[in-house]
Amino acid sequence: MFDLAFIIEKAVLIGGIITVSLLIAMYSTWAERKVAGFMQDRLGPNRAGWGGLLQPLADGLKLFMKEEIIPNASNKTLFILGPALAMLTAMMTSAVIPWGGKIEVFGRTVDLQIADINIGILYIFGVVSMGVYGIMIGGWASNNKFSLLAALRGASQMISYELAMGLAIIALLMITGSLSLKTIVEQQSTGWWNFFLQPVGFLIFMVCAFAECNRTPFDLPEAENELNFGYHQEYSSMKLGFYLFAEYINMFISSALMATLYFGGYDIPFVNDANLGANIGINALAAIQGITLFLKVAFFIFFFMWVRWTIPRFRYDQLMNLGWKVLIPLALLNMLVTGAVILWLGH
Amino acid sequence: MQALTNRNKAVDRKPMTLWEKMYIPSIVKGMSITLSHFFKKKPTISYPEEKRPFSPVFRGLHILNRDEEGRERCTACGLCAVACPAEAITMEAAERKPGEENLYREEKYAARYEINMLRCIFCGLCEEACPKDAVYLSETFTPANFTRESFIYKKQDLLIPDPKTEPEQYQKALGSRAKKN
Repeated sequence: MFDLAFIIEKAVLIGGIITVSLLIAMYSTWAERKVAGFMQDRLGPNRAGWGGLLQPLADGLKLFMKEEIIPNASNKTLFILGPALAMLTAMMTSAVIPWGGKIEVFGRTVDLQIADINIGILYIFGVVSMGVYGIMIGGWASNNKFSLLAALRGASQMISYELAMGLAIIALLMITGSLSLKTIVEQQSTGWWNFFLQPVGFLIFMVCAFAECNRTPFDLPEAENELNFGYHQEYSSMKLGFYLFAEYINMFISSALMATLYFGGYDIPFVNDANLGANIGINALAAIQGITLFLKVAFFIFFFMWVRWTIPRFRYDQLMNLGWKVLIPLALLNMLVTGAVILWLGH
Repeated sequence: MQALTNRNKAVDRKPMTLWEKMYIPSIVKGMSITLSHFFKKKPTISYPEEKRPFSPVFRGLHILNRDEEGRERCTACGLCAVACPAEAITMEAAERKPGEENLYREEKYAARYEINMLRCIFCGLCEEACPKDAVYLSETFTPANFTRESFIYKKQDLLIPDPKTEPEQYQKALGSRAKKN
């Protein structure tokens, strides 16, 4: 049945979430440089606007103004498809993340989630594994040996770490019994946060999230000092900007995912959300829940940066050792222990 | 072989223990170090707003000084040009006409006085050579411009503001090295 109000509601929601994602990605670039500066006893960008707050705008303008270069020997279709795909897959994951409870607008009750599909986590895995195509296609189409090497590294790294990530999630699913992110958050807001039930699983998930986002210490596809600039070496102007931007959006989505799966999502800590909602109304509650989630996300984004400016890059064989010989056995063990405990408690 | 210092240390090639292999403790240690730096006071000096204090012997760009009545001190004797190891100074002398006594202190003056700031090594020998206390190195530095020609400073670039008509600018340009009038 055709429902216009439903379509408008979802369109507004999608527009809002995309805008917020882009804004957060924009200011993540600023925050990254600020954090880098402060951790190295510098001030970071502080010239454009108060405390350098207009710096992302200046950077964006600079990228737009740069000359657009498409190498002669490149495959032009794929060359343009690469950054577009990277951006697309980065944005798509946000569809299943619940950003808050319900709100009431014009007599309608609206869920602050684009799609509460019952296979939410599977959807995320599907989209995340598509993320590798952005890197692969970009690196391949550039027709540059460094880009190709970086693309190969990126692909094998992402595939290796997705495995451990999936195994860590399976242990979580054994506890929650649901693939829907909304249900997982609701379970956490009444009971314990999953982090306290699955600390090892969280650790594995986080390490894999770092690897999936190509962040230091797993930034081998970029590896400035070995591969010049990695898979986006031949890119210029806003196509390069898209790749860099996609990385920050991925970081934002990963942070949101970690907060949702392991740290209660939009659940306000130490407060009974339902009671609070009865006192202050559900719209105010949803606003506070949204802010709570964003504080959690902001902490994780900070954590991403904190790690980046602390830990040096892994060597490639170390990366593979960690992925295959440490994380996967650990994830399997975690799964086994979780299953055993669930069985034991069930009896 | 005898060691030159007592600081040398044998490289430890023992295989890592399980605790070390876990990485996590050393990662936590490293991250606490970076976080402690996050809250430290930053040593940055935000240059145009804040300036590093100069030592009293700092040698910046030259000024041509005037006396207390605002007359040029330079008599174009050429001793600074002779003393200059970089051969950065050139000048042309001229004779003071009657009625110019308020402009030039003595009968002879420099009609043209140029210092090539790209040649100058800011050694201060010109200042030492000057018998009339006319040329001084001030605290102005980092000149910026677009052409090489603009770095050949003419007399009007070098001459200090008149102490009688513009006393504030005069004091500002004087710096700490010039002998005060």
